Amino acid sequence: MTTTLDTGPKVDPRPDGAPSRARSAGRTAGRLLPLGPALVLLALFMAGPVVWSFYGSFTDAALTGAAAQESSWIGLDNYTGLFSDPNFPKSVWLTVVFVVTSAIIGQNVLGLTLAMLMRQATGVVRAVVGTLVVTAWVLPEIVAAFAAYAFFHADGTLNEALGLVGLGGSNWLYDFPMLAVIIANIWRGAAFSMMVYAAALANLPPDVTEAATVDGASGPKRLMYVTLPMIRRSISTNFMLTTLMTLQVFTLIYVMTAGGPGTDSSTLPILAYQEAFSFGRVGYGTAIATIMLLIGAVFSIIYIRMLRPEVD
Amino acid sequence: MAVSSRPISVAAPRRLSVRAISNTVLLVIGMCFLLPLGWLVLASIDESASLVASVPGSVSGANFDAVLTTDQTFRPLWNSFVLSGGCALITVVAAVLAAYPLSRYRMRFNKPFMYGVLFGTGLPITAMMVPVYGLFVRLNLLDSLTGTVFFLAATSLPMAIWMMKNFMDSVPVSLEEAAWVDGASAMKALRTVVVPLMRPGIAVVFIFVFIQAWGNFFVPFVLLLSPEKQPAAVSIFTFFGQYGSVAYGQLAAFSLLYAAPVLVLYVLVSRLLGGSFTMAGAVKG
Repeated sequence: MTTTLDTGPKVDPRPDGAPSRARSAGRTAGRLLPLGPALVLLALFMAGPVVWSFYGSFTDAALTGAAAQESSWIGLDNYTGLFSDPNFPKSVWLTVVFVVTSAIIGQNVLGLTLAMLMRQATGVVRAVVGTLVVTAWVLPEIVAAFAAYAFFHADGTLNEALGLVGLGGSNWLYDFPMLAVIIANIWRGAAFSMMVYAAALANLPPDVTEAATVDGASGPKRLMYVTLPMIRRSISTNFMLTTLMTLQVFTLIYVMTAGGPGTDSSTLPILAYQEAFSFGRVGYGTAIATIMLLIGAVFSIIYIRMLRPEVD
Repeated sequence: MAVSSRPISVAAPRRLSVRAISNTVLLVIGMCFLLPLGWLVLASIDESASLVASVPGSVSGANFDAVLTTDQTFRPLWNSFVLSGGCALITVVAAVLAAYPLSRYRMRFNKPFMYGVLFGTGLPITAMMVPVYGLFVRLNLLDSLTGTVFFLAATSLPMAIWMMKNFMDSVPVSLEEAAWVDGASAMKALRTVVVPLMRPGIAVVFIFVFIQAWGNFFVPFVLLLSPEKQPAAVSIFTFFGQYGSVAYGQLAAFSLLYAAPVLVLYVLVSRLLGGSFTMAGAVKG
């Protein structure tokens, strides 16, 4: 390895007339060697589980009982089971609602709003509000989840605050579990979108919006026809990133509602966990996991296509 | 901001009102963000804390005293430290090594690999936990700290390689060429020339991975079973399950103790990157 790697791109250390193709193949192999540890880790713990997921979803693997010792091949049974189980389509729907409302709409709109307001605001306000928003994002997931739980609890801050302004409260976590986790996820994730959009807006040449102002374009018009089209690349990238992140949210929902009441807030990650670990149906849970991986893979590929120029 | 420097004085009053409206709206939004966070702080110093954020009658350290025990706080925090530190170390070493050929040599292999890495950053790790559990049972790695560390490292590698390659691309090759001419091997050039030059970048990746691993709840929750191996994220959840409905103050105090290192590290990383909003930029690559 060392002999091969001794080569700088411009220096050939082995002018001994070895066949050039073999030499360059050997050199390439030597140059790839540092990738080894990363490749092994990725193959074992990233590719491994993905392959295992496809395989496991065709077995009756279980936590307890005979199938825990030796699982057997049951073909598509898990998948046919999924589609006849009313919980699965419901969970897919809840996941779509969760991702669309909390990530694509909530986090992006709030993030962009914050980023734009901050450009107009006083330095102190910007610093204070920015710190609060970012803190919700930097906090460990489980701590943020406790904070949101206390906020939405029947005896929590939200109901207390509503009471102060003369409004009746509600048992949010039971009566409106999806609303509570959606708002909590917006609260937790808005910082990321805010930072992406703040960076995008900072890179806008100021003369373009100024020209629009001089031409008499109002604020909303400038936003619609000038600002948004100019940051559309950041918007599409951020749509993908927030979607991919929100698709994975487990802890927040698990702490706040545990998917309940019943399965009224069981998004796919929660459902997969419950099936596998609460009901012991590992194969069934793995089938849900496989479907989620496929959904994630599709979004991931779209995301890569958008970023293509940066790789090349 | 940029507009406020315009020399047109007529615009000044309007500018002022725009600023006032922006400030007000921002403060209202900030208030909504503050309420849930405020509860954590207020409840932690309130001996008789409830779920409502309220200023305690008297400030008390009783909640902190109660949770500052080996079982409750110190061992879980130490486990968190071992998990996150080990994960960050492995990730950074593997990522630096991997980034070097990707950044320095033009190979046909580079592009598909970088696409693969980018693809990996998008895969939902939570979706993988059920199959990972199955895999860990087979590999006899269940309830093993080492296994969990390696799994966490593997899941943070795609992002780490991506960031590390971008940092390394900005170190000029000309400096290494001098080392090559002096007869240094590529690995020696990496160690003595490239790594010292990209120390801030490496620190950023290290802290970034550390923060993610420190905050990770689901992975250790599924893969570690014995209480004495569990990190703070899991032990705090167990505590919540057992005493969550009574000892709110202690829950909040423990949450703050557990969150503090991450907050400090975040401030550090934003200093390193030279701005408070730059983390997203680094993530974007």
